[in-house]
Amino acid sequence: MSAVFWKELADHLGSKRFIIFFFLILIVGGASAYLAAQSLSGTKTSPDYIYLNLFTQGAGGLPSFLGFISFFGPLIGVILGFDAINSEFNRGTVSRVLSQPIYRDWWINGKFLAGITALGIAVASIVLIITGLGLYMLGFPPGGAEISRIAMFVVISVVYLGFWLSLGILFSIIFRQTATSALASIAVWLFFTLFLYMLAGLIADQIAPIKPGVAPDVFVKHESIRDLVLRFSPVALYEEATTAILIPQYRGLGLAALLKEASIPTSPLPLGQSLLIVWPQLVGLVALTSICFAISYVIFMRREIRST
Amino acid sequence: MLVVEAKGLKKYYDGVKAVDGLDLEIREGEIYGLLGPNGAGKTTTILILLGLTEPTAGEVKVLGYNPTREALKVKRLTGYLPENLGFYDDLSARENLRYIASLNRIPEREARGKIQEVLELVGLADVADRKVGTFSRGMKQRLGIAEVLLKDPRFVILDEPTSGIDPEGARQILDMITRLREERKMTILISSHLLHQIQRVCDRVGIIHRGKLVAQGSLGELSAVMEKGTHLFELKVSEVTDELLAKLRAIDGVVSVDAEGDTVRIEARDDVRPQVSRAVLESGVDLLELKGHAYTLEEVYLRYFQE
Repeated sequence: MSAVFWKELADHLGSKRFIIFFFLILIVGGASAYLAAQSLSGTKTSPDYIYLNLFTQGAGGLPSFLGFISFFGPLIGVILGFDAINSEFNRGTVSRVLSQPIYRDWWINGKFLAGITALGIAVASIVLIITGLGLYMLGFPPGGAEISRIAMFVVISVVYLGFWLSLGILFSIIFRQTATSALASIAVWLFFTLFLYMLAGLIADQIAPIKPGVAPDVFVKHESIRDLVLRFSPVALYEEATTAILIPQYRGLGLAALLKEASIPTSPLPLGQSLLIVWPQLVGLVALTSICFAISYVIFMRREIRST
Repeated sequence: MLVVEAKGLKKYYDGVKAVDGLDLEIREGEIYGLLGPNGAGKTTTILILLGLTEPTAGEVKVLGYNPTREALKVKRLTGYLPENLGFYDDLSARENLRYIASLNRIPEREARGKIQEVLELVGLADVADRKVGTFSRGMKQRLGIAEVLLKDPRFVILDEPTSGIDPEGARQILDMITRLREERKMTILISSHLLHQIQRVCDRVGIIHRGKLVAQGSLGELSAVMEKGTHLFELKVSEVTDELLAKLRAIDGVVSVDAEGDTVRIEARDDVRPQVSRAVLESGVDLLELKGHAYTLEEVYLRYFQE
């Protein structure tokens, strides 16, 4: 399997589309972190967790790094996966590779692992560059708690991008044409990043409509229904999970929790407690990724491999 | 020793019979030509031999292994050149071969020498570092052969190795195949729809039509079959009399008549069923059954032997 892994990894890291997306994210992330650091370096308040602000604060019209990853990250995952299998069919390399003494699942496992590794390298190096930029601009090193939170953020991001990678691979198995699988992946991306938010609002309005003078618990119900629908989306799961990781003061999820929070102190939580809050979201993300990959795996193992 | 031993091989795709009761035997050290029109089941048969497709029914042994359950062992000893072969276009010839070598777990150092050796053998050594995307069809085919040789196979399967290649290129490839058999003592299976092109190199050929092997043997044996007859009939009568047999033998186009109990087997060059039934009536016995094995080898022969 390692042969497949190294070849695919080399292909990813050398491919033009990977390099283009890598620099796009680096530029946007770096610029927003630079602006955030500039506004932060003026403040003389407690420097607790100031590094995390580099990732969560947007500035000068730019989205935060976190927001950028949650919105555009899926595209990177998808572009690494959408032609993984069908392009091999179209090129006629499938029968050649699979007639070598390898098990068929080594091939798809190797491809998936190589994709995940490429994503890991990309995210980790961009985050490190941004942290280094922060070090240069802020003038003091990040604390241990910050480093562990940033590392956790990298891990969650890789899982999130891994979901989109496995979705891309799934479509590359289902559809014979690379264009079709790319479009299908983009359709799912748009659905989860845009339409599901509208849909969630609509469903909540239907079940618990908010009218002037309505009781607060109806309002809470409205919000929890909205959250419930949104949690089917990996985008929302990722946003919730990383918000709790990168904003240590964050205690609850959703507006319903925020309403209750007025009476709660806003001191930062230790990492363990933050993780505890978002544990369901993390498990959900990992589960979505695994399910997606499992489906691809099963379909691929049953696929007839004739190239004509 | 038999390299390939297949009995009653069947493969149905959603009810379509791609291979329908195929028996195949390939002996060690021979070049066997599997001939048939497109869609006759050649590629499906090959995929079954390699364990890339599971047969619906039947038994196969390749080099003594069952390709479905011991696919890795079969694939380690078997080299396969697929019909529409493709390479990674953005890698050079050498890099493509290096990848295949690593999939075969050939150690890096050993692989380097071997790659050079096979590239020289197929005459691609001077373009080894060019991207495969720039190669012509014939060059890709030769690179495919180099790749097959890389793992020192005992058995080589070439699926349509000459299709889409100009006659000169095809000749080169066929010469290479004969040389390999002599130098490396490999058993080779060539599938093709162009008999006139590959008959020169084959020791034995099998003609496959609609998923069945309709004829098998050396070219000499096959032509002998052609001489004898192409239509086979089975006749069942109430009583086999000498008069009947004499009348049957007298029919124009009948090559041989064999009686066994109440059945008579008739081989003929033409469809002689009307004459046969008339002969039965004239000799005063009852006709119980007349079955024609539509064994239209002639049709196949005409289409492939004289194209």
